[in-house]
Amino acid sequence: MASFNLRINGKSETVDVDPAMPLLWVIRDFIWLTGTKFGCGISQCGACTIHMDGNPVQSCVMPVSAFEGKEITTIEGISENNDHPVQLAWIEEQVPQCGYCQSGQIMTAVALLDRNPNPSEDEIDKVMDSVLCRCGTYHRIKKAILKASKS
Amino acid sequence: MKNFMKEINVFKVDRRSFLKTSSIGATGLLLGVQFGCDSKKLFGDPNANFSPNVYLNINGTGEVSIIAHRSEMGTGIRTSLPLIVADELEADWSKVKIVQAVADKKYGDQNTDGSYSVRMFYTPLRRAGAAARMLLEQAAANEWQVDVSECKAQNHEVVHSSGKAFGFGYLAEKAALLEVPAEDAIKLKSPADFKYITKKSSICDLEDIVTGKAGFGLDTKIAGAKIAVVQRPPVAGGSVKSFNGDAAAAVPGVTNVVKLESTPFPAGFASPLGGVAVIADNTWSALKGREALTIEWDNGPHADYSTAEFEAEMMANANKKGNVRREQGEVANALKSSTNVIKADYRVPHLSHSPMETPCAVANFKDGKVEVWAPVQDPQTTRAAVAAAAGLDEENVTINVTLLGGAFGRKSKPDFVVEAVLLSRENGTPIKLLWTREDDLRHDYYHSNCAQHVEVALDKSNNISAWLHRSVLPSIFGTASPAKEASGLEISMGMIDLPYNTGSICCETQEAPTKIRVGWLRSVANINHTFAVGCTLDEVAESRGVDPPQNLLDLLGEDRQIDFPSLAAEFWNYNEEVADYPWDTGRFRNVIEQVRDQSKWGKSMPAGGGMGIAAHRSFLTYVACVVEVQVTDGKIKIPNVYYTIDCGVAVNPDRIKSQFEGGAAFASSLALKSEITVKNGVVQQSNFDDYLVARITDAPYNTEVQIVDSNEKPTGVGEPPVPPFIPALCNAIYAATGQRIRKLPIEIV
Repeated sequence: MASFNLRINGKSETVDVDPAMPLLWVIRDFIWLTGTKFGCGISQCGACTIHMDGNPVQSCVMPVSAFEGKEITTIEGISENNDHPVQLAWIEEQVPQCGYCQSGQIMTAVALLDRNPNPSEDEIDKVMDSVLCRCGTYHRIKKAILKASKS
Repeated sequence: MKNFMKEINVFKVDRRSFLKTSSIGATGLLLGVQFGCDSKKLFGDPNANFSPNVYLNINGTGEVSIIAHRSEMGTGIRTSLPLIVADELEADWSKVKIVQAVADKKYGDQNTDGSYSVRMFYTPLRRAGAAARMLLEQAAANEWQVDVSECKAQNHEVVHSSGKAFGFGYLAEKAALLEVPAEDAIKLKSPADFKYITKKSSICDLEDIVTGKAGFGLDTKIAGAKIAVVQRPPVAGGSVKSFNGDAAAAVPGVTNVVKLESTPFPAGFASPLGGVAVIADNTWSALKGREALTIEWDNGPHADYSTAEFEAEMMANANKKGNVRREQGEVANALKSSTNVIKADYRVPHLSHSPMETPCAVANFKDGKVEVWAPVQDPQTTRAAVAAAAGLDEENVTINVTLLGGAFGRKSKPDFVVEAVLLSRENGTPIKLLWTREDDLRHDYYHSNCAQHVEVALDKSNNISAWLHRSVLPSIFGTASPAKEASGLEISMGMIDLPYNTGSICCETQEAPTKIRVGWLRSVANINHTFAVGCTLDEVAESRGVDPPQNLLDLLGEDRQIDFPSLAAEFWNYNEEVADYPWDTGRFRNVIEQVRDQSKWGKSMPAGGGMGIAAHRSFLTYVACVVEVQVTDGKIKIPNVYYTIDCGVAVNPDRIKSQFEGGAAFASSLALKSEITVKNGVVQQSNFDDYLVARITDAPYNTEVQIVDSNEKPTGVGEPPVPPFIPALCNAIYAATGQRIRKLPIEIV
């Protein structure tokens, strides 16, 4: 066990946990941010995607010890008024079905657009290939990202 | 089901008894709807009774609360059903609050399964909304002392012909004092006046989902909860012989190690598999603790189950004479006398549901009562299973239904909820039970693997003279009892319901024991049978030298209603009477013609490209599908999919379209990627690195859904997208490459 000072969504949080504990379980079990989801535990599905200093990482495999001194952003932290252009595009395109994977989809899309504000369809595919959706909202995900890129 | 319309009854609710079990508002107008349409009744449960199915409340502030009694797993049903009420009520949708129902028989059928929510509730919910609207109009008429014909509800108020108006909130208490209109006096809106039904509307959970606030199974916060994971027997029907939990208990954070009893196979659809549970302060400790367990298993009788041998044996049997389930004419003679016979074998593997949210549940067993928060498709079965397992009366069991992070049939079986309840009782704390992805893939209720053999004879006039279809699969019902052969329900999904003119026909099945938990997966046996039938029809088209869409139309013949019960005694019409929901070849023909035109069938395709078509009626909805493929160096891309569907009245068109877009992606997984194999009773796949599902680059790039404008009764849309997609894709691959596909998942050679 060790104590970690984490910066999550602009706030400081201190947790006393196993340094090997994946960040996913720290933020879900200890900090009670439940928007980030468990899907596979082996970095295959992307449901747990969060940002570390703005870069998308899959929190189900990344240990808490890797996040000291880093800025962590979860789905709860991407906008103050639920009005991030990606969230608005998601609403406009009515993307979600069950919704479970959508935090990971949105976090991956936000990071993509931060880095590349005008991605091509191929560039979208390449990045979004890391996040699974069993309901099959892929087509609308792509439309929403293209829409957000224009806003 | 016959005449069920007559059994619908709208009534005022006794507030005191209602409030005992509900969080819906306490003031104003409170209505219930009662009607005798309950799947348990349809399945012959003599104890099923007429129960109210939905409740509607309008309080003094004008807020309208509507109970959503079905489970939301991504279809949008939590929105679509209240929308129906709101439309008839003339409510302003922005003032409607949706309240999720707990499990309770008073809500009637809550089993969100089989694509029948809208089908079953469309008319009753319209009547509920209309009755409330009429009460509000009458209350306003009384206030103004005018005839009710001068008063009209519109957009959350009742307006008099003179222009004056009362809001719903003002009228609610007054309306509550009036008599509910007699059954035959309830006046439904004209479809031309619909504001929400058949129009585009957002799902009610959309904003919560995009902000991470939506509550799924494990998102319920409950003080003092411990996390549990279970190591289950690797072979279905196995059990713990002995175990050592010392190393697990020594992992920091682990607080308890508990053995769970196993039930011998077949254990039904609610019994947990048993095993050893590790309970800890947090998820990570529970997982580390589980890794440290030492368990010796008794694998039971199914350690001999290996799919390679089993499926080869099924295929050998499919090539022998079987038990006849439908027969017209002399198939054997026609086959013998034909010089043009198409013969093929088709294989489908076991498949896993693998919803993105694995099975999970939160349970709090305290003072002889238990409260559960869980993503369940069938709340009442869950309640009954929990009560039985915990030895409680159902009234001491509360099942709160969270959002479901996908389900596809998996979460209709409450085994995982029972596990959480037993562990909460044993541990004396609330329990949050997590299934890892490995647990999910190794302990599912799998889609049945299937071997099929088809023989089709063509006569000298280029017509089909014989259709022989044999299907061998382990029945779903073998999970609950020692069933050995496909049930009438399973063969009615794409086998004995063949609508084409085939001269003679024989459908046969053979015994195949169920040696692993088999369950229903989105569209069920339609997946298997439509694959074989749809691909065979493409071969028939080629052999006849007719364009594939025209081939289907030729074989379908004149518009008519097919009396399947007279052709096959076991024919199952998705729980409906054929008189109410006939098999109408005219509607089928129409979707085939429409999709042909929609897809611009016959247009030129780039090198390596091809188009394929298939059509199927399932869950009472008529679907035709054209798939375009591009095959490059053995890699399959799906640029376009076209669906034309006839599902009767399209209550929520955007959610219907999303079901078909998603259904095509789901079917892409089944066709291109997914396969569960079993060796010595043990499932060989463990996670998304070896159980592959469609990613954004595998799924169709574009899916266009055309909905036939119809005033027919609404029918299912959750499952019907899946079956025809797969043969349409296979037929497109044939057009592109010349390779016939006879085995899933597809391999290009």
